[in-house]
Amino acid sequence: MFGVPPLGGIENKGDDRLQAELQNEIMETVIAVEELSKTYKPKARKGIEVKALDGISFQVSRGEFFGLLGPNGAGKTTTIGILTTRVLPTGGTAQIEGTDVARQPVAVKRRIGVVPQVNNLDRSLTAKEILLFHAEYFGVSKQERESLAAELLKRFELTERADEKVNGFSGGMVQRLKIARALMHQPAILFLDEPTTGLDPQSRRAMWELLTELNQKGLTILLTTHYMEEADQLCGRIAIIDHGKLLTLDSPAQLKRSVPGGYLIELQVRDEISEPFVTALRPLPGVVDIKADRDRVRIYADRAEGLLANAMRLAGEHDVMVTDAHVSEPSLENLFLHLTGRSLRE
Amino acid sequence: MTTFLALLHRDLRVVRRELPSFLLRVVLNPLLFTFIFGFVMPRMGIIQRGYTEMLLPGILGLSMTLSSMQAVSLPLVIDFGWSKEIEDRLLAPISIMGVGFEKIVVGVIQAIIAGVVVLPLAWLLMGVHLSLTKVDAFHFVTVALLSSYLFAAFGMVLGTVVAPQQISLLFTVLLAPMIFFGCAYYPWATLHVIPWFQYAVLVNPLVYANEGFRLALTPQMPHMPLWLVYAALIGFSIFFTWLGLRNFNKRALD
Repeated sequence: MFGVPPLGGIENKGDDRLQAELQNEIMETVIAVEELSKTYKPKARKGIEVKALDGISFQVSRGEFFGLLGPNGAGKTTTIGILTTRVLPTGGTAQIEGTDVARQPVAVKRRIGVVPQVNNLDRSLTAKEILLFHAEYFGVSKQERESLAAELLKRFELTERADEKVNGFSGGMVQRLKIARALMHQPAILFLDEPTTGLDPQSRRAMWELLTELNQKGLTILLTTHYMEEADQLCGRIAIIDHGKLLTLDSPAQLKRSVPGGYLIELQVRDEISEPFVTALRPLPGVVDIKADRDRVRIYADRAEGLLANAMRLAGEHDVMVTDAHVSEPSLENLFLHLTGRSLRE
Repeated sequence: MTTFLALLHRDLRVVRRELPSFLLRVVLNPLLFTFIFGFVMPRMGIIQRGYTEMLLPGILGLSMTLSSMQAVSLPLVIDFGWSKEIEDRLLAPISIMGVGFEKIVVGVIQAIIAGVVVLPLAWLLMGVHLSLTKVDAFHFVTVALLSSYLFAAFGMVLGTVVAPQQISLLFTVLLAPMIFFGCAYYPWATLHVIPWFQYAVLVNPLVYANEGFRLALTPQMPHMPLWLVYAALIGFSIFFTWLGLRNFNKRALD
């Protein structure tokens, strides 16, 4: 067993009664975000104000694995920044376990573990020292921090490199050490900002397993990502945000179900989409909704069989030259596309 | 307080690890200077023998103030401008001001180490010609601590406003004039031969540090009045602490 308390942050480890309470689904809100906004003042005199967050609200219960999904620049990092006391909100409130993050940052810092996007590991120290000093900052006793560091180094497969400085560490090792560091003071809530960006597929898989394991032990996790499959795989609930606004919030399964039809056929055509062509597409069997935009048409459908062939036949009849066609199954990507008209990857 | 001590512990571990290069940085410059001006040139007869008495306080003043200033400013420039390493300490359960103030304290400690090393070395090298008679231990200690503090706080101001690519500019444009106009190599009182210059250098905080060391170590030599030295050291310390911590807070929070 390694040093994460069974019920994220509740110090008396292995308390079965508390475990049972969790299983009884007593939902205790640990993160409460209310109409949160942040406008960055221009840095240069001629710069423009940037509205990074535009009144988002959500709540996270203890033990949840919660995801913030959105493209780069959506406001994910700003949200994490505010929740972890590094960014001051310009409107609204955010509370961690009932404590206001802007008013009592020191009390909040005691309860949270933070894994930032950038590598901010202390380059003057060895891997083990990074863990030990971090715990010392939080007043963890010497004996406790020694044993915790040894456990975490072992679990995160860093024992062999424990006495090296981190300059030569691979991306995956840096990421694991950042998480180990965040766990050294046994926080109640773990924040991770894009934890798998830049990792190879194998390291990403390993990271997913690790995070799932931590969550199963009762740690509340809030993670941001722009990978849908990551949010889909890991999170119990996902908030999709774009341009600083919360578009939708639900479990991955519910979210996928909310895409009209679920299946999506995308046709790219030469020239403009003609109105008669779209009208002809609508009565095809299975079609739920159609969105046309210049040279692209998106057909939402509740089944895909035969639809592409039918659409291609109609295209031929209407002298529409299809240059590319793509069929995709129900996914968060499709949902994002449906909500914003843009792809997450763009 | 636990967190503050832990931060201090971390910084001192790093100082200890980098002690050889730290000592080299601190010791080499004043040593070479002392050797040429305190040993070689007096022997050549180019410089009067009494010059070493004027030189010793200045050498010590420069070593201590520049060490504390560099100890605070350089890591901050890199932290804020590039590596973001300081973020892990900003997430420690202590106020942002607490993290900043700890940096100043570390600067003072490094200055004390520098002073402890440089003073006996410079003394030995110039020893033959030195007549330190009325060393005032009290003024020596208070001036040393105040000067180190002042320049640690000044280092925080620099560290929070300078971008990494401006570091070399900082040395040529700010540090060089400060050192040359800092009354390290000549007592302030002797500047009366150029009155406008004598008043112009008063904006330079280094003047008060060096004059303070002068009045403590070689009180028989001309030096600035005691009250002016202390008033300026304390005044500048308060101003730079306020400005430095304000900037630090701004850089640390978005």
